[in-house]
Amino acid sequence: MKILIVEDDRETAAYLAKGLTESGYTVDRAGDGREGFFLASSGSYDAIVLDRMLPNMDGLTLLGGLRAAAIQTPALILSALGSVDDRVRGLRAGSDDYLVKPFAFSELLARLEALLRRGATPPAVTRLRVADLELDLLTRTVRRGDKSIELLPREFQLLEHLMRNAGHVVTRTMLLEHVWDYHFDPQTNVIDVHVSRLRQKIDKGFDHPLLHTVRGAGYCLRAPG
Amino acid sequence: MTAVEKLSLPSRRPWPGPARLVAGLPRLLGTHAFRLAALYFAVFAASVLGVLLFVYWTSAGFVERQTEATLDAEITGLAEQYAQRGLSGLVQIVAARSAGDRGDNMLYLVTDPGGRPLAGNIAGWPAGVPARAGSLSFTIEAKSQGQTEPHPARGSLFIIPGGYRLLVGRDISDGAAFRNLVKTTLLWAGLLALALGSLGGAAMSRNLLRRVEEVNRTSERVMAGNLSDRVPLKGTSDEFDQLAANLNRMLEQIERLMTAMREVTDNVAHDLKTPLSRLRTRLELALIAPADDAARSEAIRGAIDEADRLLATFNALLSIAEAESGARRSQAAPLDLAELAGAAAELYQPVAEDSGFAVSLETQAGIGIRGDRHLLSQAFANLLDNALKYAGGGPIEIRVLRRGGRAVLEVADHGPGIPEGDREVVFDRFVRLEPSRTTPGNGLGLSLVRAVAKLHDGAVELADNHPGLRVSLSFPETAT
Repeated sequence: MKILIVEDDRETAAYLAKGLTESGYTVDRAGDGREGFFLASSGSYDAIVLDRMLPNMDGLTLLGGLRAAAIQTPALILSALGSVDDRVRGLRAGSDDYLVKPFAFSELLARLEALLRRGATPPAVTRLRVADLELDLLTRTVRRGDKSIELLPREFQLLEHLMRNAGHVVTRTMLLEHVWDYHFDPQTNVIDVHVSRLRQKIDKGFDHPLLHTVRGAGYCLRAPG
Repeated sequence: MTAVEKLSLPSRRPWPGPARLVAGLPRLLGTHAFRLAALYFAVFAASVLGVLLFVYWTSAGFVERQTEATLDAEITGLAEQYAQRGLSGLVQIVAARSAGDRGDNMLYLVTDPGGRPLAGNIAGWPAGVPARAGSLSFTIEAKSQGQTEPHPARGSLFIIPGGYRLLVGRDISDGAAFRNLVKTTLLWAGLLALALGSLGGAAMSRNLLRRVEEVNRTSERVMAGNLSDRVPLKGTSDEFDQLAANLNRMLEQIERLMTAMREVTDNVAHDLKTPLSRLRTRLELALIAPADDAARSEAIRGAIDEADRLLATFNALLSIAEAESGARRSQAAPLDLAELAGAAAELYQPVAEDSGFAVSLETQAGIGIRGDRHLLSQAFANLLDNALKYAGGGPIEIRVLRRGGRAVLEVADHGPGIPEGDREVVFDRFVRLEPSRTTPGNGLGLSLVRAVAKLHDGAVELADNHPGLRVSLSFPETAT
């Protein structure tokens, strides 16, 4: 997997490159907007991590140019501008995700992985499956093995999001954004309690737990073994 | 210095102090008030001149016109006599009319072609008068009180066939004296009016200037840092008073904002510096203490937690600033208040139940408001955060209702509540009533709630829930 980092702050770029390389990605770096546009135009990347404020050409212009040239490489914008207006502008310009600086590297990694998977997931899926856990999107029912599991609507959405990202870390912020559509971090650990309730329902009484807490990052739903 | 420089000087130069107002005549010339007064004076002078000319024309001119009319009538009469009775008849008539002083100041003279008088009341042909027909002005020697003196006269000369001449005139020394009197009177009246006018104009401009000067002086003092200074009001409620009142309101707003900003800066300095230095100490200790990997990891994790808390505080501050600046009005959309409250309650329900609270939600459907979903959700979440943090068990009641035509959201708990005297203070940034500050939090929750409420033309009220705290957020209701 090849990732392009367009970031003018050397330190951030170096730290991103190091982290992503260690996570098994091949990384190219561009220090300004024009260089980034030039590299990205090749269309040979699997994802682009894009700073918004860049010398020579800002991130949104770069992205607009790429999308105009029909290059659909998934892009994640990194920006210090974090209001909802800014996010909306970023997403409208053609980005696929928006992460506000400062951010935790684990958050970036989790979001990047989700982006990379998005292209691979068949869109018309109606049934999600992780090990013996099965979620039917049409009947809105959940089974594990031969046991039917009753979930509240929100718990169903939560599980759906975790299952769509099975095997990958999903952060609390990602859950708040995707399941609740809240773009702020509550002071209380509300997500933890929701997840632990869900865990009670899908893991309790089974030999192999599926829903795991990843310390310092978030949660991961994965098949045992 | 060139003339152009002189002219442009007043506008370039900063407003001088009031002490120089008296001495500053060149400056006065450059003021708008002066130009106004000068214009006023010019119009005034022109109208005075017009009036005086009219008066002169109607009074002095009247005498002249009367003279002309008399002469005309006289000449017509004599011409008739001449036509009927010939030269001798004319000489008789002239001699008759010249006999004695008739008091009408008429002058007659008939001469032969050589200029020798045949009849008339003038001794001889007046000096300097050409023997040519037409109207003329001349001077005669008249006797008055035993003295001979020259008198001005107007008249007409006719050449009668045969070279005889007839001069009919009128001594206009009385008329001239009258005209001179009118002239002098009018001149003095005009000078007096112009003097009064220029004095009035000067007084008017000075008065105008003084009011403007007051505004300027106050502005200068405010700019120099004295934010509490205000423009004095005259109590006349004229335009200047209105201007001053408006300026004062503006100054009040500026002062309030400046004070608020100073407070915020102080608070930010304190509440961000403290955790920052704590963070630094942690990292420093992790670096110098001889520790195993586990201890070092623990120290680093602690530092990350500290950094996260700082970030949370920072983000909360930004959200408040955003809500207060009103920059987010563009995000306003019609919302269902019950739905918003329900979503927030649903998010907090599990964690509340785990902490031993029973959360109840009581809503009326169809209560719509207009607003920013994200900011409102954050405000509701902050209220629930607070209830969980401070209520210490007991039920938490969330209600959505209509009250007094407004859409209201209430969050009530059965905790210790907030003493009445502190209910205003808690909205300030970084205010936490608990002196020990053992509960996690940054003291920004209610500040955001209030900022969000204000952004939505709403209000926040804190009330006693007997026991506990009841927070009411009210908004203008709109159709859903």
